[in-house]
Amino acid sequence: MKQSLVYLLFFITGVALALNGLIPELLLGSDISKWVLFFLLFLVGMQIGSGKNMFAALKRYGWKITLIPLATTIGTFSGVALVSLLLPDRSLTDCLGVGAGFAYYSLSSILITEFRGAGLGTVALLANIMREFSVLILAPWMVKRFGKLAPISAGGATTMDTTLPIITKFSGTEYVTIALFHGMIIDFSVPLWVSFFLSL
Amino acid sequence: MIPIILCIATGILAGFLVRNTGFVKYTGTLLTVVITLLFFFLGVSVGNNEQVVRNFASIGLDAFILTVGGTLGSLFCIKWIDDKFF
Repeated sequence: MKQSLVYLLFFITGVALALNGLIPELLLGSDISKWVLFFLLFLVGMQIGSGKNMFAALKRYGWKITLIPLATTIGTFSGVALVSLLLPDRSLTDCLGVGAGFAYYSLSSILITEFRGAGLGTVALLANIMREFSVLILAPWMVKRFGKLAPISAGGATTMDTTLPIITKFSGTEYVTIALFHGMIIDFSVPLWVSFFLSL
Repeated sequence: MIPIILCIATGILAGFLVRNTGFVKYTGTLLTVVITLLFFFLGVSVGNNEQVVRNFASIGLDAFILTVGGTLGSLFCIKWIDDKFF
């Protein structure tokens, strides 16, 4: 939570400086942000490669555990495809790109901004923050209405970090390994899906 | 898409190779610093984009609709999987 506020603070500072024309031209024209993004993706990979939780979960639950991230992915894309009919100004692939953020708002919004510009990038930022936030406040309702795996699926890529405490509390400690496994798989798939949909 | 996959793949390999060294402890911190920096740049490109600033309300509504669709979709799908397989 504290970390998210720091991100927000830097984001707002950037907006405020730009609105007041206080950003030097030099910074605007360069593609520093692109190289920093590549470095970010490298670091995301490093975290995945050095993780030890993934195989432990696989050993404990067997193949069935892979159905959970699969359900998250298929469910999200179907839902997004359905509501994209309400947004005639946005293409199906742009909508799916936003949905493929799976609540990983930092990575997805930055990636999408690089592909499509700040407009769709902002949609991705807000949509994925809302998704994370929905788990933080609606987890008890999700468990009651959709079962104990529900907040894990809704949490998308965040179930290995920010939403893990909430999941532990409302689904139970026996769901921690599942949440970690799920988060890691979805986390890994975010940049792949996003760049896939936006390059179509 | 190719450079993106390459960056992640190199990262996974590097992470796997250094997984038992002390260096791994710092990747999380480094990641936070890099993301913070990128958020600043994202803010700058949003602030510089007149279209985005002017249409912020409709952008927010679009985002909300996409969130409801994606989240509810995943909830219904996981309920079905849960009932069927778990």
